[in-house]
Amino acid sequence: MKSTPAIAAAMLLVATVIAVPLFATEIPQAQRRSGYSFMTPDTQAMQNDDTANPGMLGVLDGEALWKKKTGALNKACADCHNDAQASMHGVAARYPAFDPTLGRPVTLEQRVNLCRVRHQQATPLPYESRDLLALTAFVARQSRGVPIETGADPQLAPFVAKGHDLFMQRQGQLNLGCTNCHDDNWDKHLAGSAITQAQPTGYPLYRLEWQSLGSLERRLRACMTGIRAQPFDYGAPELVELELYLMTRARGMPVETPAVRP
Amino acid sequence: MREPDDSTRRQFLGLAGGVVAFGVVTLRPAEATPAMLASAIRNVVGAAVVKTGKVKLDIPPLVENGNTVPMTVSVTSPMTSNDYVKSIHVFNEKNPQPNVGNFYLGPRAGRAQVSTRIRLADSQKIVAIAQLSDGSFWQTSIDVVVTLAACTDEVI
Amino acid sequence: MASALINVPAKAKRGDIIEIKTLMSHIMETGYRRTATGEIIPRDIITSFSCRYNGAEIFRADLFPATAANPFITFSTIATDSGKFDFEWIGDNGFSEIASASITVE
Repeated sequence: MKSTPAIAAAMLLVATVIAVPLFATEIPQAQRRSGYSFMTPDTQAMQNDDTANPGMLGVLDGEALWKKKTGALNKACADCHNDAQASMHGVAARYPAFDPTLGRPVTLEQRVNLCRVRHQQATPLPYESRDLLALTAFVARQSRGVPIETGADPQLAPFVAKGHDLFMQRQGQLNLGCTNCHDDNWDKHLAGSAITQAQPTGYPLYRLEWQSLGSLERRLRACMTGIRAQPFDYGAPELVELELYLMTRARGMPVETPAVRP
Repeated sequence: MREPDDSTRRQFLGLAGGVVAFGVVTLRPAEATPAMLASAIRNVVGAAVVKTGKVKLDIPPLVENGNTVPMTVSVTSPMTSNDYVKSIHVFNEKNPQPNVGNFYLGPRAGRAQVSTRIRLADSQKIVAIAQLSDGSFWQTSIDVVVTLAACTDEVI
Repeated sequence: MASALINVPAKAKRGDIIEIKTLMSHIMETGYRRTATGEIIPRDIITSFSCRYNGAEIFRADLFPATAANPFITFSTIATDSGKFDFEWIGDNGFSEIASASITVE
């Protein structure tokens, strides 16, 4: 199934309904472009075809895990959530979301682990583990085509602001802030690679550089290593706030999980 | 100052002697040489003459990422039971190993075309050689530019 | 756990040339990479892929470290009879996986 017409249609549909951006530096709604549009046709073709998209192997693994009983309570995700196609539709499009018990936002990966601990009495899956990536990819896949609406909850406002500050702040030996490339210089090139707008529309995604599925946190850590900054640990509040800000910055764009990126 | 151990001294001389015999030491990782490429081709075609033509290699001239490069190789052939492509062999010039893939077809293929995804370590030449049912060999080659990713990634 | 994605048309007319796409989950470790401490990570690749159509081999491939991870192979065949495609992947460390797909040919 080709996703390009679906993406175009979805963008057209929501262009009119979107709220005013929170921050002046955000790219205006009409100019928001997915990383997909910066890729060569060959790589786009890899994403378009579900039987050629290596990320779909992870989604299939996730589908099996969804039904697998686990933990001391010997329950499967499916036991509470039933058919994911219905129950998980739209979920990834509003993550990271506020968790009332913790009093802070959590990513989809963290939500999966919170469910495991609270409702299955199972051990949390390690970050970037094959199983966690597979489950997250499977859940996010159920929102493919749904416009991102993260950040609507007013309780998230202070955390979105922190994420914005992290996006703007210069850091590392190269003294660069995310905004320097991804707000100011997108569609130029860094060496042979196109600089994109850094819209996280397709995570977890199959990155050709990794030759595997990976999360947004892995990509952010790689970026920080790239500017010679000490990357935040997986699951660090800073990474969650950054992901939260990035997703609010991408509001209106359709989810593409599992995307393929160079 | 202590005299270096006899055994280590002998080892050092042995190594140095070896290096001197071959010339300058380079610290690049193992690489296919033109000789390896030629010998890999010879393994397939033997002493036969390889004609240029009939084969087409479809690889983006500038690849998005050298780790996963889409490649389609096709051969013009009627693919009938008396005139078909038996096999297609793809080679490279600069990966540590000269072979990329061997594909075995036959008259039932209908179309002599195979697609896959390959790894290319550096900008280099790719060679594809097809063997037809009449025993003849045909080839083509293209040059591909491969760049490294702009930012270094951590080892996960 | 799902290891392969196969794309074979469910139906075809006799004599049609059909395209078969296969995608197998595998790391294809080249044997040339090193760990952070400098040791070589041993080679672990799929070395051979084959496809049988109602028992007769119609396609075979030798793979090398130059094949990208999660090998994707597309080839074609002439639809002759209804029946089954059997796919087999064999590799290092005793790797052996099979998959199959059916086709109705009218």
